[in-house]
Amino acid sequence: MIWTFDFSLLLLVVITAILSLTLKDLMGAAIVFGTYSFFMCLLWTVMGAVDVAFTEAAVGAGVSTVFFIATAYNIKKEASD
Amino acid sequence: MKVLAFILTVIAGILLLSVLDDLPAWGDAQSPANSYVAAYYLENAMEQTHVPNVVTAVLADYRSFDTMFETGVVFVVVIGIMAILRRGSDSTVDRKTKRPPHAPPDAFILGVATRFIVPFMQMFALYVIAHGHHSPGGGFQGGVILGASVILLAMTGELKSALGKMTEKWFIILSALGFLIFAGVGLVCMFYGGNFLDYSALAPLLGGDPHTAAIMARYHAMLWVEIGVAFTVMSAMFAIFAYLSSDGWMDRGL
Repeated sequence: MIWTFDFSLLLLVVITAILSLTLKDLMGAAIVFGTYSFFMCLLWTVMGAVDVAFTEAAVGAGVSTVFFIATAYNIKKEASD
Repeated sequence: MKVLAFILTVIAGILLLSVLDDLPAWGDAQSPANSYVAAYYLENAMEQTHVPNVVTAVLADYRSFDTMFETGVVFVVVIGIMAILRRGSDSTVDRKTKRPPHAPPDAFILGVATRFIVPFMQMFALYVIAHGHHSPGGGFQGGVILGASVILLAMTGELKSALGKMTEKWFIILSALGFLIFAGVGLVCMFYGGNFLDYSALAPLLGGDPHTAAIMARYHAMLWVEIGVAFTVMSAMFAIFAYLSSDGWMDRGL
């Protein structure tokens, strides 16, 4: 394992985690949360847990981001009405 | 209040970081997690289940009871979301007043690209389901990808055209069917004299050399179990998306 790669991955995980919590825009937070899941997925792959990484990529980065976006979209519409 | 919460969070974080040293090192063969069950699985999985991917062997064979009720949890989630978000057909009067008509997005390239990519996604999903014994993946991941392909259709086209292929009735039928397939495989094992979900009891179904038949029975039963999980997860994913994106009206996607 290359430690710089590992370290930058971990740094990105922390940054995206804090960003998704602090962003005021719900849609943006949902998308940043998706990138957080994706970096987690890369981290799992680095650690050799390929099955977990696969699930994280499909569920965390893929479908749950879509669920969040769908919810944020409807919330936004209701707020603007 | 906010300051208090921040201070408490920082203190909790410091406490958690202070015990970081006591955790076993990554990949430590002597750590508690690696020295009891994990070692047993790694040493005996190939001999007992003949599944090359140990993760699948653990999930679908050793701990299949666990996986079965995980599937049940997904099914219950669909029922719960339906109960909370669904708006019945009797609220059509409401719809006209509260829900203004909405023109479908005129995105030709997006539609064509989606229709091009969806068959490949579904093919890959089927591969992931069927090849879960050998490579990472299995029923859950494959089911999610299958569901995602239908979600993609619903997102770019109208939700209605995707619903035309998979109506509300089918959400319930398919997600119940998946759990039923899983539990059914377990029950058939009981009829053949084994324990619940003891797949090797199915060997008499296949016939031939008893040793090979037991291995093949495990293989086939695990595939059926994965197919069951995939059914439930696929319909669950699409159902959740359909209810969330249309706010329960089921008339359009995002």
